[in-house]
Amino acid sequence: MTVRLSESDRALLAGEAGPAAAWAMEILVAFAEAVGAPSLIDIVQAHVDGCLYHGRASLDFVEKLAASRGRVRVPTTLNVGSIDLIHPELMAMDAAAQAPGRLLMQAHEALGCRPSFTCAPYQSLSRPRFGEQIAWGESNAIVFANSVIGARTNRYGDFIDLVCAMTGRAPSWGLHLDENRRGEVLFRLAGFPASLEASDSLFVGVGLIVGARAGERVAAIEGLPPPRDEDQLKALGAAAASSGATALFHAVGVTPEAPRLADALQGGQPARVETIAPADVAGALQRLSAVPDGVPIVAVCLGTPHFSTREWARLFDLLEAVEPRRGAPIYVSTGRETLASLDEDRLRRAETRHGVVAVVDTCTYVTAILRDLGGAAMTNSGKWAYYAPANIGATVAFGELADCVASAKAGKVVRAAP
Amino acid sequence: MIRAARSFARGEAAGEALVLTAPLSFWGGVDAETGRIRDPNHPEFGARVSGRVLVMALARGSSSSSSVLAETIRLKTAPAAIVLGSPDPILTVGALVAASLYGRACPIVVCALDGIATGDRLRVRAGGDGAAEVEIAK
Repeated sequence: MTVRLSESDRALLAGEAGPAAAWAMEILVAFAEAVGAPSLIDIVQAHVDGCLYHGRASLDFVEKLAASRGRVRVPTTLNVGSIDLIHPELMAMDAAAQAPGRLLMQAHEALGCRPSFTCAPYQSLSRPRFGEQIAWGESNAIVFANSVIGARTNRYGDFIDLVCAMTGRAPSWGLHLDENRRGEVLFRLAGFPASLEASDSLFVGVGLIVGARAGERVAAIEGLPPPRDEDQLKALGAAAASSGATALFHAVGVTPEAPRLADALQGGQPARVETIAPADVAGALQRLSAVPDGVPIVAVCLGTPHFSTREWARLFDLLEAVEPRRGAPIYVSTGRETLASLDEDRLRRAETRHGVVAVVDTCTYVTAILRDLGGAAMTNSGKWAYYAPANIGATVAFGELADCVASAKAGKVVRAAP
Repeated sequence: MIRAARSFARGEAAGEALVLTAPLSFWGGVDAETGRIRDPNHPEFGARVSGRVLVMALARGSSSSSSVLAETIRLKTAPAAIVLGSPDPILTVGALVAASLYGRACPIVVCALDGIATGDRLRVRAGGDGAAEVEIAK
């Protein structure tokens, strides 16, 4: 089988737009062959997850594209890197250790990518629209774009997200196509009270279960209460994309491709039906957080995925009500655009009085920022809790946002009675 | 014995077969510095892929495997070639990028895997036009 190329694809391949675009097209065609795509489609934007430094080869790749004056052909945002470029003093790494990570971030900028350095590009001005074809990397962004917005992307990653950006094309396969967006595994919430509250931990717990049980298949979820806001859907998707490889879920009555169950299943039958009971959610959260109440904490880590302006407003309200006095630092990872949009007075008070440390361009679970790991770190993020132990050696306590603020004040894990 | 195959990353290479009994993710599964399988849950844990013809029914896991394969090719700890039972876009891209950056091929082909055992001498010839063959000597 051979991928059918358009006239402009062939022109790129022949080098008419320069060697960088030709190389990118060559790689894209090989990838399309390997996934069995019959042709390529246009994309309207890309999000590139290439800025975390994993070794010399990734830097060589981007620098080679930049050396031949390559430019992205569609608007392209960048995922987090290894360094907070705005607050470099936060990095617990010396200048030499920071150098390759910085070079990688700069090399992507040289290709015309926007220096957004956020894992939540859907919070920015470049948020895609329903039905748009895009090529995104970063697992939480992928599942959010597909599920909450109804834009269309596969799980792109290393090299390929950038190759799509450099060509403005993607293989016509997978979640770009209607028929592959049908819910395959149906999850039913059962046994919950009729007045089920839309708590943050419910969405995290359901996300962890969906990811673990659906793997990479499309999930349909029935029985979720209406979320307070899209941040709860962000948390669900990020958790599912951590415990599994979820790229698309439909929450019936909530997400745009699933006004009714029949829409989520495209009129068909699910391959499998799974029940989620209250004990399953409690168990999933329990496994994430082995730390009991009363254990001293060294930090609170919020903003995985990056804190939205809505989440900042909730945090400011809580800080003003609870008044933590710098008991444990409260790290908040967020996008640089989001940080710049905040009320300066409220942010300054949060920093000086309540021990908030804003982190941009990166995230506290992927790089060396936390200086003291001699105790537990508390988070409201399923994704942070899932990855931080292996990535940075943290011991994790999970709780609601309000619990995190109360714990920061007490200097130990405090959770409200369930 | 010569077996017809399909080429995904071109090149010619020969080596001793290492047949994996479970799918392998290069990311988290292979140490690029040493070329050894480092996933303790993998049945071939500890085996060295460097210079061998890696044979597996399918690859597994994260898209970051592209970078790890490219990194092994850069560090010369990569397999001599990879023979798969079904196509894998992630390894294909890693091999392609590294071939172009470092001028070293790690051919990737897909063919029937029956009758190939660890220790067999394999020679892989993969063209740029999709055609490939695997020569198997016991």
